[in-house]
Amino acid sequence: MRLLLAGALALSVFMGLGTIAEAEPPSDPAAVKSVDGKYYDKNGDPTYKVQADGTVDWYTFSGYRRYHAECHVCHGPNGEGSTYAPALKDSVKRFNYAEFVGIVVGGRQNKVAGNESVMPAFAENKNAMCYMDDLYIYLRARSTGAVDRGRPEKKEEKPAAFSEAEAKCMSGK
Amino acid sequence: MHKLLLTTSVGILALFAAGAANAADELLELQKNPKAWALPTGDYANHRYSALKQITTENVGRLAAAWSFSTGVLRGHEGAPLVVGDVMYLHTPFPNNVYALDLNNDGKILWKYEPKQDPSVVPVMCCDTVNRGLAYGDGKIFLAQADTVLVALDAKTGKAVWSVKNGDPTKGATSTAAPHVFKDKVLVGIAGGEFGVRGSITAYDIKDGKLAWRGYSMGPDSDTLIDPDKTTHLGKPVGKDSSVSTWQGDQWQIGGGTTWGWYSYDPDLNLIYYGSGNPSTWNPKQRPGDNRWSMTVWARDLDTGAAKWVYQMTPHDEWDYDGINEMILADQTIGGAPRKTLVHFDRNGFGYTLDRTNGELLVAEKFDPAVNWATKVDMDKSSATYGRPLVVDKYSTEKNGEDVNTKGVCPAALGSKDEQPASFSPDTGLFYVPTNHVCMDYEPFRVSYTAGQPYVGATLEMFPPPGESNMGNFIAWDARTGKIVWSTKEQFSVWSGTVTTAGGVAFYGTLEGYLKAVDLKTGKELYKYKTPSGIIGNVITYEHGGKQYVAVMSGIGGWAGIGLAAGLTKSNEGLGAVGGYRALSDYTALGGVLTVFALPAGSESAANPAAPAAPAAPAAPGVWKAPVQ
Repeated sequence: MRLLLAGALALSVFMGLGTIAEAEPPSDPAAVKSVDGKYYDKNGDPTYKVQADGTVDWYTFSGYRRYHAECHVCHGPNGEGSTYAPALKDSVKRFNYAEFVGIVVGGRQNKVAGNESVMPAFAENKNAMCYMDDLYIYLRARSTGAVDRGRPEKKEEKPAAFSEAEAKCMSGK
Repeated sequence: MHKLLLTTSVGILALFAAGAANAADELLELQKNPKAWALPTGDYANHRYSALKQITTENVGRLAAAWSFSTGVLRGHEGAPLVVGDVMYLHTPFPNNVYALDLNNDGKILWKYEPKQDPSVVPVMCCDTVNRGLAYGDGKIFLAQADTVLVALDAKTGKAVWSVKNGDPTKGATSTAAPHVFKDKVLVGIAGGEFGVRGSITAYDIKDGKLAWRGYSMGPDSDTLIDPDKTTHLGKPVGKDSSVSTWQGDQWQIGGGTTWGWYSYDPDLNLIYYGSGNPSTWNPKQRPGDNRWSMTVWARDLDTGAAKWVYQMTPHDEWDYDGINEMILADQTIGGAPRKTLVHFDRNGFGYTLDRTNGELLVAEKFDPAVNWATKVDMDKSSATYGRPLVVDKYSTEKNGEDVNTKGVCPAALGSKDEQPASFSPDTGLFYVPTNHVCMDYEPFRVSYTAGQPYVGATLEMFPPPGESNMGNFIAWDARTGKIVWSTKEQFSVWSGTVTTAGGVAFYGTLEGYLKAVDLKTGKELYKYKTPSGIIGNVITYEHGGKQYVAVMSGIGGWAGIGLAAGLTKSNEGLGAVGGYRALSDYTALGGVLTVFALPAGSESAANPAAPAAPAAPAAPGVWKAPVQ
């Protein structure tokens, strides 16, 4: 966890220098493998899985919950954006996983036509940091329309691996 | 008429100029003068009633837009302008610009104040970048900026006279409430219950901004300004450390109980009244105990801040039912005895009537029949649960626990009523209440606290009560008996403050953007006009140049805007909503505009029985007729 943090912080500084165009776009979000109830795309980045009957993977559901506690105030319900923050369901089509993490961890400042806006750094916030993958997965599911607005009705069971990692991360210093 | 008016307005100007001589007396005079709207709440008692009667039930159907003004800001516009003398003072959401508009010159801008604020404050505002308005006193206009800076502006020039910082936005503290001037003090609250801010109310000296006192909602007695032996709860002294003993460990330090509503003042008792908000976090499992004194009606001495009495409405909140709504002070006869009462329509769906001298609970009844989370408030003085709501297990998010979605709780977190203030008409003896008619599913989950970051811990979905399609009602309430006298349906929550008038009319706005006038006696709709955007502001009325005006700010947003703009989601459409509920975004879009209404020249006399067409003028409910020019 700490390693990830340090790496992401470095990345966000790096991006601050305007080298954002160098980054590789995210791959097709289709899940190609699953480990302990978490799904991954062909690049090995976390992604969603929605079954034919609408059942979503646990991480998508968890991301829905955390998004609507940590992010929706600015970015709007369901990742749909507002007048002062972008629609993240669209942003994740451009930002790959590492970029997404970098921005959440380090925050950013935007100045457009004299209007300043600030994305706070969430590095210290466990409610975001412990659920980084969940947030990314949920937004990817929104980006393709695989998950509709609102609360997903059916979800997979909470994986034991999730509970273990959550307990560790939330209680860690 | 003209000469008389001139004399009066010269009188006001003289008062205005004298200003500093006796700010308290000036404010008392101004609130008795129906031509002005000098307090954000209309008067100290929060009646939001006007003695003006040029606009009546008979002629209001001919009301027409007289002039309008764009604020240049997009987000939710709560609150209302002030009118003092010949000037209207208007505020905007973040960046909290202030305009002084010349009423003698079609609203020409006399001055504009543009504060410089760090935009980092925006992400720590829970429910849009709203601001609920300005206060006037001592020749100054007071603005509580989002970043908690309270600034006093010279009412004539707009130049800052003094300013003081009331909180720390880097820890999630913000200002959304209007400041309130009572006598020689400016009172300001704090917002940030979703960021673990510990709520407080602070009094500053009107002259120089010097801190007079600060009373916290929770913490040791020295912080809450509670006297263990003298401060009472339901008639009994609260005892030592009444707050900290109801929290686990030091959780009270991030316990919420913020103070972002409207305040009232009784000059005879020298007591101020206000409510505290939700305990932080929204996950009740993480904060065992009654979490005192969140969700509480407070009575404090204006001079010292000392708490006279408290009443906690929702101990150990499990639904985010903030207690911040206004406390309306009215003298009423209850059970044959005259009482100095306080009337409060809480987010939790109960309408409370208390004796404001001592906090005795007189009436507590549901003001929306949909309310289901509690069966009633225990009114039996000998009962162990006296004064407490009797919670229904099925709707207890505490009992159902973390990671369980508690379904069908009414009201939703935004309450049967939120901050949008009600009005009291002394003519009818009734209260006119804009309400929400919305239910929710609520799922608490574990959260961790980080200073300046969201500390929410629950997710929720909102929808109309089962089998119904309307998400709001506008009601008339008898606070002596706790009964709804009449209730009219609104498609969306009524998120606009009400004004009642001696003309027999109540005005309010709707989320679609209609300004509406209804008959105080029956609720019958007499007039509506679609303003440029949804209305979450409060309607006011004033007189200028011998003419009565009605004014309201439109500009959709706020919590209602965030929560409802996207419309119902698929999962909720099966709940029996009839009549094809459609998204608010089908009706309105963002944008702040003030619209001012008046009767067209010549139609004031329509109330005169000799005027033939008058009685036919009011349109049938729901039908708008063009004003007769």
